Amino acid sequence: MSLLQTNNLSAFYGDFQALFDINVTVEQGETVAIIGANGAGKTTFLRSVAGVLHTVPEAVAFDDQPIGGKTPHEIVQLGIAMVPEGRRLFPSLSVEENLLLGTHSERSGPWNLNRVYELFPRIRDLRHLPAPSLSGGQQQMAAIGRALMSNPRLLLCDELSLGLAPVVIRDIYDCLKLIAAEGTTVVLVEQDINRALDASARFYCFQEGRMALNAPTKDFDRATITAAYFGM
Amino acid sequence: MEWFNVLIQGSLLGGIYALFAIGLSMSFGIMRLVNIAHGDLIVLSAYAALVITDSTGVDPFSSLVIVVPVMFAVGYALQRGLLNFTLSGGLLPPLLVTFGISVIIQNGLLQIFGAYDHRLQGGAVETAALHFPAGISIGVYPLMVFAVAAVAIGCLQLLFYRTRIGRAFRAVSDDADTAELMGIDNLKLYALALGIAMIFTAIAGVLFAIRTIFDPAAGPIRLILAFEAVIIGGLGSMWGTLIGGMVLGIAQSLGAALNPTWQILAGHVAFLIILIIRPSGLFPRTRD
Repeated sequence: MSLLQTNNLSAFYGDFQALFDINVTVEQGETVAIIGANGAGKTTFLRSVAGVLHTVPEAVAFDDQPIGGKTPHEIVQLGIAMVPEGRRLFPSLSVEENLLLGTHSERSGPWNLNRVYELFPRIRDLRHLPAPSLSGGQQQMAAIGRALMSNPRLLLCDELSLGLAPVVIRDIYDCLKLIAAEGTTVVLVEQDINRALDASARFYCFQEGRMALNAPTKDFDRATITAAYFGM
Repeated sequence: MEWFNVLIQGSLLGGIYALFAIGLSMSFGIMRLVNIAHGDLIVLSAYAALVITDSTGVDPFSSLVIVVPVMFAVGYALQRGLLNFTLSGGLLPPLLVTFGISVIIQNGLLQIFGAYDHRLQGGAVETAALHFPAGISIGVYPLMVFAVAAVAIGCLQLLFYRTRIGRAFRAVSDDADTAELMGIDNLKLYALALGIAMIFTAIAGVLFAIRTIFDPAAGPIRLILAFEAVIIGGLGSMWGTLIGGMVLGIAQSLGAALNPTWQILAGHVAFLIILIIRPSGLFPRTRD
C-alpha cells in the first residue's frame, strides 16, 4: 500500500494545462525526489497534492483515500505538510509564532517546539525575533520546523536550496535526513539535481508537465538524466 | 484655557469615532474587505437596542447583553453565508455586495420603523459631569465612551498578540494562501473575525444612539467617520485607530469653537490634510 499515489494527475491554470497524466507513487518512509527544469511542473505537482490546485478526487490518493479536491487545510489535517517555495514565513509573526502556526491542524505526534529547536538549535536563540530578520538559511529552517509542527506523515519540500549558500544547503539536507529517519516520508522538489539525487532513494524527472524518467537514484547514468531533463 | 477645553472635549469625542472604526479596521485588516454596510450595521445595532429597551423597559446598557451576541451571530452568518463568496474576485465584488447590504438594511429599517428620529435613553449618566478647576468640565458619558473604546482596543490587542486565534488572524492577514497551507480554515476564521468585529460594532451602535438621534439613513455618515479614523490612524493599527478618532474629534471641536457650522467640515478637512501629508496614515501596519 503506497502512502501517496497519483493516478493520471492533470492540473490546469485556467486553460493552460501544466501537468499531463502524472503517475507518482511514494511508499511509506521513503524519500523521493522530483527534478526537472524551470516550468517542468514540479511545483504544480506539489500544489496539486497539497490541495491548492483543484483536481478530480481520484487523481490523488493518500493512504488509499482519494484526496483530490479537498481544501488545503483539510489535507494538512490528514497529514501532508508543505514547505513552500521561498519559505513564505509570516512577516508580522515572530519565529516561534510561525512555528506555532503549524499546530493549527491539531495533529499529535513526535514533533513539538522543543524537538524542532533540538533539530535546529540556531533557531532557538532567535525565536522571539520577527521572521524577516532571519537569514535565508535560518528562515528555511523555520519553514521546515513550521511544517513539522503539524506532525505530517508526508512532508512536501519545494526548492529547499533556492537562494542559499552551499554550506547552508548541506546543513539543511543533513537535517532532512534526520527528519526522514524519524519515519517521515519526504517528497523533494529540486532544481539542484546532485543534491536531490543524493538525498533520495528514487527520483522522477518531469519535463514540460509530463513524466520523462522514473528510476532509483543508485543506478542512473548522467546522460539519461540529462536527456530526460532537457528533452534532448 | 478655552482651547485646552476644546482639546479635551475633542479627544473624548474621538472615543465614539474609534468605536465606529474598530469593526471596519478589523474586516479590512484581516480579510481585505471594505465593508460599505458598516455604518448601517452600527445603526442596525441601535435599532436592535431600541426594540429591546421599548419592549422590556431595561436601560440601553443592559440591552447589550442581547444586542452583542445577536450582532456577533449576524456578522458570523453574513461572512460565512455571503461575503466569503465575494473574496476571490478582487476588491470590487465585496464592495458591491456590501453596498447592496447597506441599501437593504436602510430600506428594511425604513419599512419597519419609518423615517422618524429615535434616541436611546441612557438616564442620569447622560448629563452628569466632572468639574475641574479653571472652568473645565468633563461629561461623564463622553469619558465613559472613551474609556470603553480604549478598553476595547486593549482587549483586541491582547486577542491578537496573546492568543492562538489572534496569531491565526495575523497570519491570515499576512498571507492567506500560506495560512491555509498550514492548516488554517480561512473561511471559518473570516466568519469569526466579522463576528468579533460586530461585537464592537454593537457596542458602538448602542453608545452612539444614547448620545445622538438616529434614523434609518444615519449609517453612511458613521461609515465615513469610521473610514476617516481608520485612514488617519493607519491601516491595521488598532491604537492608531484610537488616535485617528481623537484627531477627528479634536479637529471637529476646533472647527466648532471657531464657528459652530464648521464642526463636520473641519473633521473632513483634517482627514484630507493627513491623507495628503501621510497617505498611509500616522501608524501604518498592514502590508499588502
